[in-house]
Amino acid sequence: MTKLTELTLCEARDGLVKKQFSAKELTQTHLQKMEETRSLNAYITETPEVALKMAAASDEKLAKNEELRPLEGLPIGIKDLFCTKNIRTTAASKILDGYKPLYESTVTQNLWDAGAVLLGKLNLDEFAMGSSNLTSAYGPVVSPWKIKGDNRQFVPGGSSGGSVAAVAVGSALATTGTDTGGSIRQPAAFSGIVGLKPTYGRCSRYGIVAFASSLDQAGPLTKDVRDAALMLKIMAGYDPKDATSVNIPVPDYEKMLSGNIKNLKVGIPKEYRVEGLNPEIENLWSQGIEWLKNAGAEIQEISLPHTKYALPTYYILAPAEASSNLARYDGVRFGLRTSGKTLDELYELTRAEGFGREVKRRIMIGTYVLSAGYYDAYYLKAQKIRRLIRQDFEEAFKKVDVILTPTTPTAAFAIGEEPKDPVTMYMNDVLTVPANLAGIPGISIPASFTEEGLPLGLQILGPTFEEARILNVGYVLEQAAQFKEKALKLRTSI
Amino acid sequence: MTIDIKTVHKISRLARIKIEEESLESLKTDLNHILGWVEQLSEVNTSNIQPLYSMALDNMPRREDQITDGNYPEAILANAPEAEFGMFVVPKVVE
Amino acid sequence: MNEKNHYIQGKTGPWEVVIGLEVHAQITSKVKLFSGASAAFGGDPNTQVSFIDAGFPGMLPVINRFCVEQAIKTGLGLNAQINKTSIFDRKNYFYADLPQGYQISQFLCPIIGKGYLDIELEDGTVRRINITRLHLEQDAGKSIHDQHPSKSYIDFNRAGVALMEIVSEPDIRSIEEAQAYIKKLRGLLRYLGTCDGNMEQGSLRADINISLRRPGADFGTRAEIKNVNSVRFMGQAINYEIQRQMDILENGGQVDQETRLFDAAKGITRSMRSKEDAHDYRYFPDPDLPPLVLTDEEIEHIRVTLPELPDAKKTRFINDYNLSPYDAGVLSSELETVTYFETALESLKHQNEKSIKLLANWMIGELFAALNKDSLSIEESKVSPQLLADLINFIYDETISGRLAKDIFAEMWETGEKPDKIINAKGLVQVSDEDTIAAAVDKILSENQDKVSEYLSGKDKLLGFFVGQVMKMMQGKGNPAVINKILLKKLKS
Repeated sequence: MTKLTELTLCEARDGLVKKQFSAKELTQTHLQKMEETRSLNAYITETPEVALKMAAASDEKLAKNEELRPLEGLPIGIKDLFCTKNIRTTAASKILDGYKPLYESTVTQNLWDAGAVLLGKLNLDEFAMGSSNLTSAYGPVVSPWKIKGDNRQFVPGGSSGGSVAAVAVGSALATTGTDTGGSIRQPAAFSGIVGLKPTYGRCSRYGIVAFASSLDQAGPLTKDVRDAALMLKIMAGYDPKDATSVNIPVPDYEKMLSGNIKNLKVGIPKEYRVEGLNPEIENLWSQGIEWLKNAGAEIQEISLPHTKYALPTYYILAPAEASSNLARYDGVRFGLRTSGKTLDELYELTRAEGFGREVKRRIMIGTYVLSAGYYDAYYLKAQKIRRLIRQDFEEAFKKVDVILTPTTPTAAFAIGEEPKDPVTMYMNDVLTVPANLAGIPGISIPASFTEEGLPLGLQILGPTFEEARILNVGYVLEQAAQFKEKALKLRTSI
Repeated sequence: MTIDIKTVHKISRLARIKIEEESLESLKTDLNHILGWVEQLSEVNTSNIQPLYSMALDNMPRREDQITDGNYPEAILANAPEAEFGMFVVPKVVE
Repeated sequence: MNEKNHYIQGKTGPWEVVIGLEVHAQITSKVKLFSGASAAFGGDPNTQVSFIDAGFPGMLPVINRFCVEQAIKTGLGLNAQINKTSIFDRKNYFYADLPQGYQISQFLCPIIGKGYLDIELEDGTVRRINITRLHLEQDAGKSIHDQHPSKSYIDFNRAGVALMEIVSEPDIRSIEEAQAYIKKLRGLLRYLGTCDGNMEQGSLRADINISLRRPGADFGTRAEIKNVNSVRFMGQAINYEIQRQMDILENGGQVDQETRLFDAAKGITRSMRSKEDAHDYRYFPDPDLPPLVLTDEEIEHIRVTLPELPDAKKTRFINDYNLSPYDAGVLSSELETVTYFETALESLKHQNEKSIKLLANWMIGELFAALNKDSLSIEESKVSPQLLADLINFIYDETISGRLAKDIFAEMWETGEKPDKIINAKGLVQVSDEDTIAAAVDKILSENQDKVSEYLSGKDKLLGFFVGQVMKMMQGKGNPAVINKILLKKLKS
């Protein structure tokens, strides 16, 4: 029988229903896998007692043959950016030392209401700022992927590094992440799993530690597309506690996976052929085009003229919003407090000690671009260009139904070999950031490997609220790529 | 637009983050590098473009004027680094 | 409109004081602007605080519809432009009572635009004070600095409470105008029910922007005096500032543009210890809040449900009841007074000018005096409007004399008894029967022959003496008009 940690979410669901194993067993094997893979540092906080308690409750329902909830007894991990009631929440930052929220985020509440089991809180780049998971105050996450014969450790990607590592290695059936500039899709691509960023407003932001409010969006990280469809159905939905949450019904994404994309128009944006695009990634892109053509789609070149301005626009808007969102971390009401003789000293020392280097850098940039005299030249300008970027996509979607691009310009890099220059590091997000600026949904599908054996992903972007469509296209790509078997070998080998 | 050490000081003051002397120079370099890179946005003609204020909605939703929250002071104070008499304690502020 | 000049004579020439007022009015909502926690006054520390108000991670604002409606109502009452689309911005700064590290306010696009408020001065002139804007914003929490030598205590009960910030143009030119403005504005807000105007409790506070200039010159540098919470303090603060600024300017100095606090104990203003960079608020639109869009229908709906406003009511009182402008003004300025007046009016037997004038006089005279003496508000009046009307009816009918009515009123006030009961119990019904009065007159005249002779030889003033004596003999119950008539008749014969 397949090891329980190798099952997909849907397979595990079916297995429980068929009583092939208990929820307790399912959770226990995952807890064990977490123990065995601790060296990856995917989890900041493990919650075995809570997990077993939740599993026991599910087993009771199973025993009584009660109506099962959609995620009954299924063990998942939660990115440590979601506030979980009475469970330590850190945002991977020292400044939230000791913080235990007394409220639950809407997205995680949805998951518990659906019967899911909490395995623990997953590591991330501090305050979700990063594309490598190297900035966590709790140490970097190590990718389960390695190059044969090479003992270098690789990054899983970020900011949802812990979330993807856990899914890749099998220490969670599925996990949640957040995506502000690519933080679900990029690490999913680096780590060979599926990652979905929904439309802005699809999932509630209530209870998620805010990084950049107009860009942040919660989404699932899973072993395959069907799992992502199931997770999204539970995570998504209108929340009156979030004024940016959109009140439209959540479709049954799983049921909509037809695998049929005949005559679907797929756009290939010429501006995404960025400078320095790895030839392996070029090939992957071409391969992806072939796969979709074979499935009956029509391919056409499109233009998204303002693409090159997306990254700099993002690196004005996101830090600006972050500088304001992170002002509440001041040592007064929760978290770290470094004492000072005066109130200002308390602020300055607490924040100096509590925030890491990248966070400080972004707060400084954000403060600067909002400050008197610079607001028009930077922030306002960036807001206008953002509208142009969104318009580019709106125009494109008048001609095509989805857009196909590689997810990242390169494969994962080794820990210690990361770019020291911040701007070069930011380039990791060049293909993912435009979707956040436009508020449109995107999915990364593990598609292939580099010659050395590191994963590469393909990205599908769609119009707002067309998650079903991009899931379906992703489903087709997934079938064509047959990546799963290779990924499975990985989960068995660790 | 390049910023000098004085400006770095000013920003760190506005952001209430104490930057150690040793870090000032490298922070200045980083910030200038990033700002230099985002400068390219000035190439784009945005003369007739409205800024994008809201991503998902055109109109904000409104809640009812009913008491649905509050009245849990222990929870509010539960994570406080220092609290007394049901209030948060900070170093005395002189106005 | 009269433009009276209030120039102040300094040693080196005349100065004109230029004042603009920024009033913060707490909205009468049950809960806060962006959260569902109670906005009531008082409450044990941090009991009226939600996680949103305390700025915990991941918390988000959602606007209270009632607060939006009160802002529209107030805008209509100020004859102001209603902006159908407005934006909420974050005003970023660090302070212990500001949990999020920013205040949600409105900067470039407020909900209400230009309007005006007409104020009446002592001499009867009316001045129009223009309003620049009104916007919605959150209040901050409360810091207590004086309980401990080295610690400050923070209570977030007030954090997030809804405020309307009403900004006037710098049109105010004197202390009298400033006080008239704040009183008129407070009366209007209470009238509309959008703010209870309680300055002691802090639901209405004013920031005073004040500068001096030579008449006709450009505006001078202004100082801002924050959080003045009484009309009296406002007068004191402005007075002090005028002196302070004049001293500086007359000695050739420059007034600093700064924020000052009014020290009520010492009657002075003093500079706040704020750093230069405190004013870079880095306003930007709050990404957690889409634009606030108002429909024509909702604005219209609020417009038609507005009560008759004080100015219109005053005009109507003058036109319909022929009340003097002063009386009409007093009776229309506060909503509770209007309610009392209009309720009493309904119970008047005769709805004519004479009867209504009686009512007005009695309210402004006896009733207000009694309320003041016992420090009661008109809603707490020990004599209800219906009972006052009953009393007025008796006076009008001449059932009792005006003089005795005062005593009856005093007894009504003390005992809560109805007037007719008191009148009957004490046998105070006014006697108007001519025969009874004639008998008394005869008696008085016969007992005062000498005075009668004096009167007849020219001392007309003695008539008052005779009236007094007759009244005394009749224990105050005599109808003065009838006494007068009969006395004159008998004296002439």
